[in-house]
Amino acid sequence: MNATDIDRAVRRLGAEIAERARAAGVERELAIVAIRRGGVHLGQRLRKALTQALGAEPPFGTLDIALYRDDLAEKGAAPVIGPTDVRFPVDGKTLVLVDDVLYTGRTVRAALDEIVDFGRPRRVWLAVLVDRGGHEIPIAADFVGARLDAAEGDDVQVRLVESGVSEDSVVVRRRGT
Amino acid sequence: MIGRHRHLLGLADLSREEIVEVLDLAVSMKEVLRRPIKKVPSLRGRSVVNLFFESSTRTRSSFEIAAKVLSADALNWTASASSVTKGETLIDTARNLEAMRPDVLVIRHSAGGAPRLVAEHVSCAVVSAGDGAHEHPSQGLLDCFTLREKLGTLQGKTVTIVGDVTHSRVARSDIHGMTRLGASVRLCGPPTMIPPGVEALGATVHHDLREAVKGAHAVVMLRIQHERIGDPLIPGTREYSKLWGLNARKAEEWLDEGCVILHPGPINRGVELAPEVADGPRSVILDQVENGVAVRMAILYLLAGGSAEETKA
Repeated sequence: MNATDIDRAVRRLGAEIAERARAAGVERELAIVAIRRGGVHLGQRLRKALTQALGAEPPFGTLDIALYRDDLAEKGAAPVIGPTDVRFPVDGKTLVLVDDVLYTGRTVRAALDEIVDFGRPRRVWLAVLVDRGGHEIPIAADFVGARLDAAEGDDVQVRLVESGVSEDSVVVRRRGT
Repeated sequence: MIGRHRHLLGLADLSREEIVEVLDLAVSMKEVLRRPIKKVPSLRGRSVVNLFFESSTRTRSSFEIAAKVLSADALNWTASASSVTKGETLIDTARNLEAMRPDVLVIRHSAGGAPRLVAEHVSCAVVSAGDGAHEHPSQGLLDCFTLREKLGTLQGKTVTIVGDVTHSRVARSDIHGMTRLGASVRLCGPPTMIPPGVEALGATVHHDLREAVKGAHAVVMLRIQHERIGDPLIPGTREYSKLWGLNARKAEEWLDEGCVILHPGPINRGVELAPEVADGPRSVILDQVENGVAVRMAILYLLAGGSAEETKA
């Protein structure tokens, strides 16, 4: 995907979420929770799109799921843990959980566990820029920017200008290349 | 800390980078402590045994809470209620507890070096919670964490440690940790309570309190151990308090604005620290206690997380 594709995908995601929120009557209860680190910049773009579409800025928080991982024993070294920053009450909210790539689903599982430790949202929607397939647990996204068919072991990277690259892109590196 | 060390026995063993790793992780842990639900599942299924041969309130409950917030199981063992009273040796006790498969043993002992001895005989991770007059590494780390939080950095700062440095494991860990992080450390106390040759650790020695705290960014007041009072080291509490204690007037006149006061606890109110200073605006003593839990979470996470398989092998 190039910059134009990504821009179009983000706009469409924003429009779809706004439409669904209106249909459910929850425009004012919407909040965005982005998964660190890949989901943060995307989450901020979606927040902008939703602010335009709904006329109100949804609250924004970030989750670091490192303390909720299920593979601590498998990893050689402890993962780097960043801050989780959710400063609004999640009770009764409709949360839009945002990540850049949906792969095994385990990150989302960890994020859901973390969210329920903050309270009881009314519902949680999952929005991702890329669904690359290969889900290992029954988790699916409610809003998908693009679907990619990547094989196990392929590396799918979303690079956005906010992280310091010159142009938005989604890069797939095939295994062994 | 992870990788190179399986145990935490003293800050003398740690590099600046390893200390920074623990402090950075503790920032995230502190955020967890401030949540409405103070529990994360990261050490689920791991167990931590607190093996305390000496009395303690803060350190033991702090390690216990740290383990529980991370979802590890914590077992508290105290010498007075155990087979030690029947004559069981330190290593036998440790080996028997190890047979129950804990992931981390946290040990406090009156003999310096006891945790290291245990570490040589067991395969789980060992954390010193204070050994004799050797080190109290988690206290050193939480003091560094508190200073970094209050002062922004320790680089280029001056910290004065006041009291019985000779018998203080806290002082030794503080000196190692703070100098590694770039602070200059001054020691102050009665000449009988400053060990000869302590300058080799990178600290300077002063005997006049006013001089020692001049321009300091932080002052660590050590606890005067009651059992030392009346023995030749110091004649009495009144004289100690007069010469080396900090009261409101001295704090007001001698300390720079913004200078913070630390104390590892328990405080002898009116001896090393006057109550109005201990509870005053400069005091960060209760911050130290809160930060202690966060720092111990980071320690347990780094020692019990990730490398658990390695340490069992």
